[in-house]
Amino acid sequence: MTDNSKRRWVQLVALSTLAAAALVACGKKEPAPVAAPAPAPAKPEPLKVAFAYVGPVGDGGWSFAHDNARKALEAEFGDKIQTSFVESVPEGADAERVFRDMASQGNKIVFGTSFGYMEPMIKVAADFKDVKFEHATGYKQAENLRTYDSRTYEGAYMAGVIAGGMTKSNTLGVVASVPIPEVIRNINSFTLGAQSVNPKVKTRVVWVNNWFDPPKETEAATSLINGGADVLMQNTDSSAVLQTAEKLGKRGFGWDSDMTAYGPKAHLGSSVINWAPYYKKTVADALAGSWSTGQAWWGVKEGAIDLVSIADDVPAELKQKVETVKAGLKDGSFAIWKGPIKDQAGKEMLAKDVVADDAFLGGIKFYVKGVEGKLPN
Amino acid sequence: MEQSALLLASSLNAGTVLAIAALGLLINEKAGIVNLGAEGMMLCAALAGFATVVATGSHTLGLLAGMLAGLLLAALFGLLVIWLNTNQYATGLALSLFGAGFSAFAGTGYVQAKLPEQGPFAVPLLSDLPWFGPALFRHHPLVYGALALVLLLVWWLYRTRSGLILRSVGESPESAHALGYPVRRIRLGAVLAGGALCGLAGAYVSTCYTPLWVEGMIAGKGWIALALTTFATWRPARILLGAYLFGAVTMIQFHLQGQGINLPSQFLTMLPYLATILVLVLISRNPQWIRINMPASLGKPFYPGA
Repeated sequence: MTDNSKRRWVQLVALSTLAAAALVACGKKEPAPVAAPAPAPAKPEPLKVAFAYVGPVGDGGWSFAHDNARKALEAEFGDKIQTSFVESVPEGADAERVFRDMASQGNKIVFGTSFGYMEPMIKVAADFKDVKFEHATGYKQAENLRTYDSRTYEGAYMAGVIAGGMTKSNTLGVVASVPIPEVIRNINSFTLGAQSVNPKVKTRVVWVNNWFDPPKETEAATSLINGGADVLMQNTDSSAVLQTAEKLGKRGFGWDSDMTAYGPKAHLGSSVINWAPYYKKTVADALAGSWSTGQAWWGVKEGAIDLVSIADDVPAELKQKVETVKAGLKDGSFAIWKGPIKDQAGKEMLAKDVVADDAFLGGIKFYVKGVEGKLPN
Repeated sequence: MEQSALLLASSLNAGTVLAIAALGLLINEKAGIVNLGAEGMMLCAALAGFATVVATGSHTLGLLAGMLAGLLLAALFGLLVIWLNTNQYATGLALSLFGAGFSAFAGTGYVQAKLPEQGPFAVPLLSDLPWFGPALFRHHPLVYGALALVLLLVWWLYRTRSGLILRSVGESPESAHALGYPVRRIRLGAVLAGGALCGLAGAYVSTCYTPLWVEGMIAGKGWIALALTTFATWRPARILLGAYLFGAVTMIQFHLQGQGINLPSQFLTMLPYLATILVLVLISRNPQWIRINMPASLGKPFYPGA
């Protein structure tokens, strides 16, 4: 081999590295959607309800929680309804085909459970006026398209109360996914909860720029622990952060689903989403003919958010405090986002005694005082 | 002080995966074979190892199963490129794509599974040293295994007769053939050894490094390992150093974020890849480096009859 061709070889390797980097940067490929189970013939025309999930039902977090709610629907309404689902539906062009299929197969209610289904659902909803569409975490409505979401920040706040009381280093860590208002709100609420019992608490944040990437979540959690954090929370979809805390002898929380089993010693509690109350209301409305568009944002009050499986070694007064918060959220006597709330620089974002409205909560793009580091753009 | 020790420890751990896979690929390339299928072999091995630990509860068996999975895929690859003389690059890419798809398909049932716990590792006495203990002496045995592997490879490749034969097959298979060496069988042996080491690295990721299974969890480590062999100009010791350097870059990006240092995290994610490209550009400017170390018949098919 001459020098020249060796040089070319090196260039080739350089190019393929570049290509590999680009491939990795594009994110992992989603598997092709699985066909929905064929509808079985039924006697008195049950109401057909279809679900599209972004991940596999077995992800143990987000899609798993939605599927549990689907099963709760079947248990509640029996043969009055018939449900089906398609899992691992990629966000984007393929999703439109899946929604179109669902609508043309005679489903009368279609749930899309990921933010990225917004545009495909808007398009398909315009073509199937007699089908009711329900889109989770979106913000665009139509006359037959309603949006719904859960107030995950309430769970983050309650987890924060426990974290603030349990930390010995006064340093908490959050493994965060993607810098959108929902995630920033959760980091802030976690910090506010911790500060309500321990004003000295600081929160450190590491962004992994992904919803589901366990190796990266593990590395991020390790670096937070190396940096002195002793209680971790995550706004990502896997149990890797809790498992890392378990391995390194620190504490952590479950997110979206009860994750006790993944880190029995580390687990302090799980902030869970229960979609069943909302799904039951939707189906009941549709059966009664009273369904109408709008947007729903359900939390502890409606039974959609809870902090469960609190560890035995959490002191009784902390547990009591969590119960007080829960009761306050239920009867409306307590608000998490109530002024004065200051940002990192000490600027007042919410004046004394002012309670944030949903528009404020939906647009949070700042860290509260006590969170360290700078928010990525 | 304590933090720097932990940062070093996690960098060594992250680098070990890359080092083991890259050393395997080095054996391949010293015999003149480029296997771009590293990523796919590592993914299949990660799943095989994980499934074995779920079934048997033994981490050692898991690592062995990973090696076996890597070995089998490498045997398939070897058969295609050595006996049927298919294009090495195309076959390797196909193996990578196949491995990614197959492991995702076969692994769906393991997504939520949980592995039994492994106790903490510690070297007696040394692990209690201040700073050095947590930094260097509380690792999984495989971290030290990678060091031993480098020493073994340096000795074998450059100090033994069989190592010389392997290198001669990579430099000039025609001459080796003329001297009566079974070029194809030697190349197959190298491919198998490389596959087993890639498999070991893959199984280490899914059973020890991140004890979980998710599709695509190798996340480009196979490609980085491939780049590392060139990065290190085909010298085993440099591969180890390069692997630790890459491990450090991975960990430092999270460490800086945790310290609140203001750097875009996307930029830091890009750093390991950028470093590879930079080094490749640098060494391509120095033909001397490449000429001395690069196997002259790398990537070329060998026809014994010709």
